[in-house]
Amino acid sequence: MGLPPYATLGQRIWYYSFRVICGLIFFFLIAPIIVVMPLSFNAQDFFTFTPEMLRLDPAGYSLKHYEDFFTNPQWQLAMKNSLIIAPIATIISVSLGTLAAIGLSQSHVPLKGTIMAILISPMIVPLIISATGMFFFYSSLGNWMESTLGLDKGFVGYVKVILAHAVLGIPFVIITVTATLVGFDRSLTRAAANMGAGPVTTFFRVQMPLILPGVISGGLFAFITSFDEVVVVLFVGSASQKTLPWQMFIGLREQISPTILAVATILVVISICLLTTVELLRRRSERLRGMSPG
Amino acid sequence: MAEAMLAADGTPLKRSLARALRRQKLRALMLIAPLLIFVLITFIVPIGSMLFRSVENEMVGNTLPYTVEALAEWDADAEPLPSEDTFQAMFFDMFLAAEAKRHTRLGTRLNYETTGLSSLFRQSGRQLDDVADISYEPLEDFDAAWDDGETWYALMNARQTADDALMAQQRARVAALTDNETNSEVNFAPDAEVAALLPLAAREYTAWAVYVATQDGRDPATRDPWEAVAPALLIDLQTADLSGYAGPEADRLRAVQAANLPVANFVDAFVDMDEDWGTQVPWETIQTHSSTYTSGYFLNAVDAQKTADGVSWQPEDKQILITLFVRTIWMSLLIMGSCILLGYPIAWLLANLPMRKANLLLILVLLPFWTSLLVRTSAWKVMLQQQGVINDVLVWIGLVADDGRLIMINNQFGTIVSMTHILLPFMILPMYSVMQTIQPSYLRAAKSLGATNWTAFWRVYFPQSVPGIGAGSILVFILAIGYYITPEIVGGTKGVFISNRIAYHISSSLNWGLAAALGSILLAAVLILYWAYDKIVGIDNVKLG
Repeated sequence: MGLPPYATLGQRIWYYSFRVICGLIFFFLIAPIIVVMPLSFNAQDFFTFTPEMLRLDPAGYSLKHYEDFFTNPQWQLAMKNSLIIAPIATIISVSLGTLAAIGLSQSHVPLKGTIMAILISPMIVPLIISATGMFFFYSSLGNWMESTLGLDKGFVGYVKVILAHAVLGIPFVIITVTATLVGFDRSLTRAAANMGAGPVTTFFRVQMPLILPGVISGGLFAFITSFDEVVVVLFVGSASQKTLPWQMFIGLREQISPTILAVATILVVISICLLTTVELLRRRSERLRGMSPG
Repeated sequence: MAEAMLAADGTPLKRSLARALRRQKLRALMLIAPLLIFVLITFIVPIGSMLFRSVENEMVGNTLPYTVEALAEWDADAEPLPSEDTFQAMFFDMFLAAEAKRHTRLGTRLNYETTGLSSLFRQSGRQLDDVADISYEPLEDFDAAWDDGETWYALMNARQTADDALMAQQRARVAALTDNETNSEVNFAPDAEVAALLPLAAREYTAWAVYVATQDGRDPATRDPWEAVAPALLIDLQTADLSGYAGPEADRLRAVQAANLPVANFVDAFVDMDEDWGTQVPWETIQTHSSTYTSGYFLNAVDAQKTADGVSWQPEDKQILITLFVRTIWMSLLIMGSCILLGYPIAWLLANLPMRKANLLLILVLLPFWTSLLVRTSAWKVMLQQQGVINDVLVWIGLVADDGRLIMINNQFGTIVSMTHILLPFMILPMYSVMQTIQPSYLRAAKSLGATNWTAFWRVYFPQSVPGIGAGSILVFILAIGYYITPEIVGGTKGVFISNRIAYHISSSLNWGLAAALGSILLAAVLILYWAYDKIVGIDNVKLG
């Protein structure tokens, strides 16, 4: 899409100014994320670049906000909770979601549209509404589990948040796995059955390895949904289940501490890793699909 | 005539196929069932409970059951005040509610409808004992045995036949009032004979016994009842015919009846507690809002109110929620518009660059998309503050004076800028996927037929990209109207959305009915938009990443 040699002056001006405009928009997209990173190394407790930092003076930089993150019990509790809640919620949504996606991809499913709408609904309904509904329902559920089943209060708190997060992650698993199954060659399972493999063996030895990229990227979406979720956990959980986003939210709303920027930088690095993984998986799955017949 | 085709095992092929199909359907459903049940229980039921709560209004009837019953016959236009019986029912309802500490909750609920009722209920709750003492103290002075719980227990507890209906009724009353189970064992059953003779006293004593046994875990046989049983007994004795009664405490009852001890005039007693009880206002409010289901919360959600004479609207300058709904829609449209403006050039550039370059630039779009929402929100808070990065840069360049730093946060500007940034990838990605399918040869054909660059773009390219704009716009709009976190942090008071109001009613004002009604309205709006999205784009075309 280069500029042809016969372009007029007006076309040239337009061509370059369009490039500049696009550059500015890309800058708008990426600047907030880029700005956070150096600020997290600030030696002062400010949210802006100090003169020392602009002079690239090493004295203007420090790791003290990272140190605070790794030593402050509040942040450590939040980190621990996030690392408990998100993986368990992901395992629930991936295992149930993958099974259901395989069921949904069969040719004769009655009421397919309705079922799909119900399974996708947690993604469609705005979080604040899901959180409101869950707030009412889960508090009575929690009371019931504590009084009738006699479970420990802290444990019930985790169960509530994990269930809520699992259901929020399900649409992502359903969407990615059904998309992968569209390109799945059904004759492979028939061939396996023909050679004497039972349904379970067929699933784990033939189907699963082929749809694994879709399952993993669905799982990553579910993980990030839970890991990044704050509205529902604010409404459903209590202070002992507070997660990283919860702690950040409280920090931002009440007294903002620069440790938030250190956490933000860590999270950006994590999301870069996740993005790379998903992208690699997507390419691999496209390549595999390109090779399979039909 | 051809014979029916047979499968290998000899059954007709048609039946064999039908069976295989049925088995296949069943297997598919078995695979889906666990997830479907999971989603129904953990998600659909909670949403349903929210919808239910927006119309549910059991609290008035649960807290003041006998008052509501007595008030049903009152006609506010014909009589200035409800009858003495209504005031009396109110006294006993309120007394039990105050002992259970539930009257303030009801006051708060009714205060949503009529301001001032909260303090009326709270203050009256403290003075109920004084009204009871009008009867209680003379009774106790007359015969000290009435101060002893054992006298009451001996009188009330069942000897031959128990009044099971009364017991069940009072269990239900206490359960409804306290929201707790009342099924545990109670070491008491009202005596049928006494209950027929002294209905009010038996009712109030039973309610007390159920309450102390099930809520406090005490034995009613050894406890002294609340003072309210004294006025109840004296009221009963005004009309009771004791001549045939030979059960326990018969002599004491006859002596009390003969002594003609005083009973409060409940109308005067209530007006003494607070003169508002002498007006129609609290009574009308209770009467209007006594039904089990109400449209009141939905009316409140659109700044209207249910009154005795129908629906009344708030004056224009007090219509907070309508203003908020309009603002939510208006700002979401602005955000959507800025996303179109910023997203279109980017999507066009990505669709027209060579694959390799486009993929590289796509990372710049996907990175914010994948970054935690709170990270992006905190980044904007850092950038937009008065001592923040943007203001610093502007001061440094010399565009703004140091004392004239721009206020870009805690207002609508802050919300719009940061939400445009957060939602921009949702606009770019659908646009990009539509633009990728537009053949460049159409554009070349238009140009070779003599169209200028602008005409070729506007008449040929743009119409083909409209589906992408539509898909992106609806997606961004739907996401924007339900946003909570970002407006809460950068929006201040002027830049918040209806969702922030919902959260406020859930966690601060505790007006859950109103929160549920606001949520239901928002949910309806979103579902209508999604229905439109499905018609235009198709839900199945939602792509991720």
